[in-house]
Amino acid sequence: MDYTHSDAAADAPAAPTTAKILIAGGFGAGKTTLVSAISEIRPLRTEETLSDRSVGVDDISGVRGKTTTTVAMDFGRITFRSDLALYLFGTPGQERFWFMWDELAYGALGAVVLADTRRLGDCFASVDYFERHGTPFVVAVNCFDDAPPYDTDDVRIALDLDPDVPVVLCDARDRESVKNVLITLVGYVLTRANPAAEYQSAPLPAG
Amino acid sequence: MIVPNEQWLDREAGPVVRPYAVTKGRTVAADGTSVGLIDVVLAVVDAQPPAGVRLSPEHRQILAQCRRPITVVDLASDIDLPVGVVRVLLSDLSEYGIVRIQGAIRGPVTNERLLRDVLDGLHAL
Repeated sequence: MDYTHSDAAADAPAAPTTAKILIAGGFGAGKTTLVSAISEIRPLRTEETLSDRSVGVDDISGVRGKTTTTVAMDFGRITFRSDLALYLFGTPGQERFWFMWDELAYGALGAVVLADTRRLGDCFASVDYFERHGTPFVVAVNCFDDAPPYDTDDVRIALDLDPDVPVVLCDARDRESVKNVLITLVGYVLTRANPAAEYQSAPLPAG
Repeated sequence: MIVPNEQWLDREAGPVVRPYAVTKGRTVAADGTSVGLIDVVLAVVDAQPPAGVRLSPEHRQILAQCRRPITVVDLASDIDLPVGVVRVLLSDLSEYGIVRIQGAIRGPVTNERLLRDVLDGLHAL
């Protein structure tokens, strides 16, 4: 019995179509918070074979042991219908895990770069990665309570973004806010895929 | 330095079997292909492994989880095995013809219908 999702045999349950979005950003920018605000979050163990190249110098605490090959990751799942599910992957932020990014980015619908205005430099690497790989992305500025208020244009300039890359303010703890970020991303991807069409994206929250 | 009174119990002691021991040391599939993280897996109804093939307990554990369609990452999370290990074991099961793997999209996503469906789904949340 052949199993394909568009022509599933009657006795086989239909396999859902799956899509993924990456959530990138520096350590502590709120990636896991964002994913858990909108989806059921699930732990994922990886046991990666690190090449010499990927074992770099860790400049960030939070991962114990430089020689470990275990990477703990989270992912979130949003099931829209029985036949469509969206997966959100928080990318391991440390440079030594870049070898995992290729796999995560491959086939991704797009990416959210979560920026913390107190440490904007932390998301340079993510922006650079997605620009080089042609992965569509939006920058979501996580508005921490004690962070100075930022204008999205300031962030755009600071990150030297292409003019068409959307920059939105968000609260990674807030479901509606995160929903707005994802809607902005998918609307942007649609516009890139079909520039002639106009898509209704969510209004940007006032900065 | 050895600390005599320090004891590691249960999970703190780490896995009893090194993760890739269950794949006999293999970190990539025999045919060199890679199973994607959000590829969907489904057991083939009533299929049996080829004659002479003995499934490992982990193979059986995976097989039991894919009676319904399930993604590779959900499967790995459910059975708490590293995703890399699950992928190698899945490629075995696929090679034996007892599971089918439906690949998710590779490369850039430009499928307008899919994108619109995702957008509509997000709006409806």
